[in-house]
Amino acid sequence: MDTYYKPEHLPNFGTIAEGAPELAEKFFAWYGAVFEEGALSTREKSLIALAVAHAVQCPYCIDAYAKDALEKGADLEQMTEAVHVASAIRGGASLVHGVQMLEHVHKLGM
Amino acid sequence: MSQLITIEDRIASLGVDLASREAGPKPTRSLRARRVPLTAPEVQFAALAEAAPGADFDAAVAEAGFAEGLRPTALDIFQINLGKLCNMTCRHCHVDSGPDRVVENMDRETVDACIAAIERSGAHTVDLTGGAPELNPHFRSLVDACVEMGKHVIDRCNLTILLVPKMRDLPGWFAERGVEVVCSLPHYRARNTDAQRGEGTYEKSIRALTRLNEAGYGQGDPKRVLTLMSNPAGAFLAGDQSKLEAEWKAKLERHHGVTFDRLLCLNNMPMSRFLEWLLDSGNLEGYMQRLLGAFNPGAIGGLMCRNTLSVGWDGRMYDCDFNQQLEMAFTDGDRPLHVADFDLERWQARRILTERHCFGCTAGAGSSCGGATA
Repeated sequence: MDTYYKPEHLPNFGTIAEGAPELAEKFFAWYGAVFEEGALSTREKSLIALAVAHAVQCPYCIDAYAKDALEKGADLEQMTEAVHVASAIRGGASLVHGVQMLEHVHKLGM
Repeated sequence: MSQLITIEDRIASLGVDLASREAGPKPTRSLRARRVPLTAPEVQFAALAEAAPGADFDAAVAEAGFAEGLRPTALDIFQINLGKLCNMTCRHCHVDSGPDRVVENMDRETVDACIAAIERSGAHTVDLTGGAPELNPHFRSLVDACVEMGKHVIDRCNLTILLVPKMRDLPGWFAERGVEVVCSLPHYRARNTDAQRGEGTYEKSIRALTRLNEAGYGQGDPKRVLTLMSNPAGAFLAGDQSKLEAEWKAKLERHHGVTFDRLLCLNNMPMSRFLEWLLDSGNLEGYMQRLLGAFNPGAIGGLMCRNTLSVGWDGRMYDCDFNQQLEMAFTDGDRPLHVADFDLERWQARRILTERHCFGCTAGAGSSCGGATA
């Protein structure tokens, strides 16, 4: 293996069934159901998926949901805002821990 | 008097230089103007064959249960491409239209042959396209003749043409005749619209839509139907028109006070200028895989080649506007048939011609001039 990530792994995702076919079948059925139109539109779900893809830094998901969000009618500005939401939560999640740090400092300091 | 008007007179009378940016955005020049090899259909077929060697449209259709292949149904729509002349040069144009295309435009004699054929055809709808069909000197008399015959008339409008000085009366003129206006707008926001159709298109399009609204269009009146048509601005498939329509309506009304009646979403065909862009951007192979992977047997029944006749500027007949641009003519043996020869029985008995580009119409929700087909 010359690289850890290979683009062809995305279309070949289904081969994960080889080791545990029943689990794969359940996973893909559930996955499909998650993205069906529901209380949230398929476009809202696609934008959430795109944002989460950035939070978990999954290149496969970024590839898949950049395309999917476009096909669901989103444009670059909307998609970029979604990525900023993910980034803001990531950044905020770090920063809010600063309050723990602050408490320690107050407790330990004079 | 329209017999006497030539295309040159027409261009000279517009009140603006058709080749100027003022007349319409121009993000590129026609393939023809640049004399690139891709102008030739054979070169386009070869590019698709190289990108998707295994793709066999007829086999896919047969496997989907259409053992006899694509067969014509009833002739509902008589589509006329009045010519390749246009005030714009959109990057995805499958007609390779532009202001330089002054030769390929329908003359009076051929327009009259179309009118006679429409009468014989029994088609309920006459669908006018181009280029910008409104630029043809015989456009208005053709519309009048069709309205007089009681046909539903569709004008496929690029919107910016409605701002050309000589054309500014068109919204009211269309309204008086009950012409359905089908307008190109890739997205309800500016970015994708201008990326595909050129800087400034969105702003001009909104102004033109406002004028159509002022003429009574887009408010639920069946005699003033305003339809928007969206092509993806890139190498991805069209969205689901039924899901997107409500959002488009809400956003266009909120941001611009613009209303419309319905939204059609179409895929881009891998041909002509869109094919050039796919090749240049390294997207062709991936796009063909996407079309093949999204092949939808449910989209076959409603394909436009089954219920439409497409007539070119020179009177030749085709299965659809795409086959027309690829010069896949409706023939009698080797002889291309002219619209003056139109015969309904022969149309119904004909074989629909297919090539790899046809996968564009069967991908996802399906794609035709009337929108999704599945």
